Amino acid sequence: MAMFGGAYNTIAFDAAQCDGCGDCMTACATVKTGTVDKTRSRIQIVDSADDGFELALCRQCGDPKCVTVCPAGALTKDGASGVIDWNAAKCVDCLLCTVGCAYAGIALDAGSGHVAKCDTCDGAPACVPACPHGALKYITTSRIYNEVGDWEDLFAPGLAGCQGCNTELLMRHTLRRVGPDTVLATPPGCVPGMGSVGFNGTTGTKVPVFHPLLTNTAAMLAGIKRQYKRVGREVNALAIAGDGGASDVGFQSLSGAAERNEQMLFMVVDNEGYMNTGMQRSSCTPYGAWTSTTPVGQGSGGMPSQGKTQDAKNLPLIMVNHRCEYVATASTAYMEDLYDKLDRALEASKRGFAYLHVYSPCTTGWRFPTNQNMEVARKAVETNFVMLWEYNPRDGLQFTRPVDDPLPVTDYLKAMGRFRHLSPDQISHIQSKVVENLAFVKQMAHRQSA
Amino acid sequence: MEQTKYLVVGSSHAALEAVTAIRMHDATGSLTLLTRDPHLPYSPTVLPYVVSGRSAPDGIFLRDEKFFADQGVQLKRGTALKALHTERNAAELADGSEIAYEKILLATGASPAIPPIPGIDTVSYHVLRTLDDATRLNAAIKQSKQAVVLGAGLVGMHAAENLVKVGAGVTVVEMAKQLTDGYFDAIAAGLIEKAFTDNGARILTGSRVVKLAPSAASFGTPATPATPGVTLTLESGATLEADLLLVATGVKPNMDYLVGSPVEHDRGILVSDTMQSSVANVWSAGDCAQAKGFFTDDKVMNAILPDAAEQGRIAGMAMAGDSGLKKYPGGVPLNTYHFFGRHAISVGSSKVPEGAEVLTRFDEVSGRYLKAIFKNGCLLGIYGVNEFFDGGVMCQLILRRIDLSPVKERFLAEPMTVGREIMSKTWR
Repeated sequence: MAMFGGAYNTIAFDAAQCDGCGDCMTACATVKTGTVDKTRSRIQIVDSADDGFELALCRQCGDPKCVTVCPAGALTKDGASGVIDWNAAKCVDCLLCTVGCAYAGIALDAGSGHVAKCDTCDGAPACVPACPHGALKYITTSRIYNEVGDWEDLFAPGLAGCQGCNTELLMRHTLRRVGPDTVLATPPGCVPGMGSVGFNGTTGTKVPVFHPLLTNTAAMLAGIKRQYKRVGREVNALAIAGDGGASDVGFQSLSGAAERNEQMLFMVVDNEGYMNTGMQRSSCTPYGAWTSTTPVGQGSGGMPSQGKTQDAKNLPLIMVNHRCEYVATASTAYMEDLYDKLDRALEASKRGFAYLHVYSPCTTGWRFPTNQNMEVARKAVETNFVMLWEYNPRDGLQFTRPVDDPLPVTDYLKAMGRFRHLSPDQISHIQSKVVENLAFVKQMAHRQSA
Repeated sequence: MEQTKYLVVGSSHAALEAVTAIRMHDATGSLTLLTRDPHLPYSPTVLPYVVSGRSAPDGIFLRDEKFFADQGVQLKRGTALKALHTERNAAELADGSEIAYEKILLATGASPAIPPIPGIDTVSYHVLRTLDDATRLNAAIKQSKQAVVLGAGLVGMHAAENLVKVGAGVTVVEMAKQLTDGYFDAIAAGLIEKAFTDNGARILTGSRVVKLAPSAASFGTPATPATPGVTLTLESGATLEADLLLVATGVKPNMDYLVGSPVEHDRGILVSDTMQSSVANVWSAGDCAQAKGFFTDDKVMNAILPDAAEQGRIAGMAMAGDSGLKKYPGGVPLNTYHFFGRHAISVGSSKVPEGAEVLTRFDEVSGRYLKAIFKNGCLLGIYGVNEFFDGGVMCQLILRRIDLSPVKERFLAEPMTVGREIMSKTWR
């Protein structure tokens, strides 16, 4: 890897979870000094006088001042791991590094008489598992940036998507992952609208792409995959469809392909409506949501109109009941989780039908600022409005990012305009549906893994 | 004539940081690094440890040939800058050749200042500024039985400690009333002095050498040829005999090449907040530059390593036209000093301006000493002996002018902990 430009793993601290127990410091001191002397720990939790706990820890800076002020060449930034290494043989104990660092990340260890700093324990930091409260996490998302960034982008440069849409991320990254030996089906929806089927007689992807009808995506893709198999060529059959094309009129061919266990990866980008044609409701639109066909207003016959009056269909759970090779839900706010599932879905698609349902907030149709897409996606998960899980016939259904202490669903609803009109009754209906859905999926997880 | 887009003169911290900053913004523009030193880049700050033998002379280099090759930098070692012809953007080298530049950085550092003591040109003495000085001194201290160090700054004190440790009798002669004047106050200096005297060194502060002469005494041993000794005569009339004399009475910027050039200079090369000199296309950084001080609008010499690195980076960014450039906030004095297993750290101003408040605590048993200077609740300076705190955090407290009034008592009791707490809350 290059000296600069890579991304690195990092230790993250969530002060809200910390109770100052000091177990992280004990673990660090034990591993690094063979003592339980917390003052010798490389991670220092500081008890703030007025509130909570603060942190002093090497940030493994990209532009490290400790390195620039070391007169002895004893500190170096490791381009591969990102860790700033300290060379005991070269160090002259001058302490200038402690003057250079603005974060108290390198300090005198009185027990040894030398400076000491975090080296992330060679990628397995002892402090993180020692924390009983989840206040420390070792973030390894950098793998995605470093590995995936090197893979070929198979989508055309430039897109016609709405500002702030996360679907470009999904399209580019999914195609990077499945690679060039792929045939892509994109039925009518936002994905072709953003450019997958191309402009002016050229395709928008560097892999063969076709534009089936909303109704026959899975059927056409199954036929193409079978023909390739007949001529002895290994290709990935990939569909990227919207929720309308999958859960409404496309459902018949989707269900059929799943039942026949056709070898394909069917990805649904669920933005909870027909967003590219003017924001009409779909069977995935949640209760209470405004769409152009579930408007908010005076209504007729004395019945005010307050958004959608039915609950959303839970399409991924229906797919589980096809006993597919693989079914999972995912969110672009949790990319590591999404990538793990993409890996497993691709692998499963070589054996049979793999289904990946990605919740995809829509800046235009849901009415929130264009810089809030990831935040809205995250809030959906943090409130249990949507749940991240995966299923395969052997292990059953399992949560991959369980949320034990969910935020109230209003935190999610308030993040966007399509729920602005909700009455207290509607909100309590939604909150009770969240509880009910969670209980239902938990029951499935319990039953199937038992 | 050789041509280069960027010509960086010097090869220590300021120059190296400038190279990095230029390359961050301009990956391909031709860049030449010129240094009078024959060696790969190293830091003058590490040299006391070469003298003591702790650092191997070949293990101190801050960059290798590969770095310069990888960065597309032409490295010209062992050639000094002789004259600067700013009217035609050309640098004349000691070997008579010329390099035409588009932009030049003068990071030529400093050399030992030799005091005009009568007779100094009749005796042999050591200085310590280059790697060659250090290897010579390293060899000499092993032979020394009776040494004199002129000047009780950090260079002199480091060398004195090394001499004590090899068993030589050492006398330090300092003109000022205390040693390490300007870095540490009288109490801290007293602690340092005591550590030296406890280990057998003699410290003569407030004392001036008025005459130097070759010594009649011979200090040769059977194994080595006789070394010419030195007789020092003090102001008091007393004399000292030395087989080794180290002159460490300070440094002066290297800027002889400016003779006849319009580049304005005073005690050093006068530079702006972006390290630019008075002349177009000419920048300066490090120990030869005279830049704004943080505590004063006057331009000051702040010849310390962290400032050299900071100035070098700013100069490099300015030269490359990097729009991320932030102006130099002004130099804050920073020093660390390790002596006989103890340490002293000083951050910020040692001066106590009118209206300032000085808080100290001192434990004579443990030798722990702390002093902090505040004005309007903001920290101006903090000094510790055997009291570790994070100097970088303290420096930010000063630079950001953070009001510490609400935590002053706690801060004085536990500067490290309270500093970290504020850091984590304020700029994490």
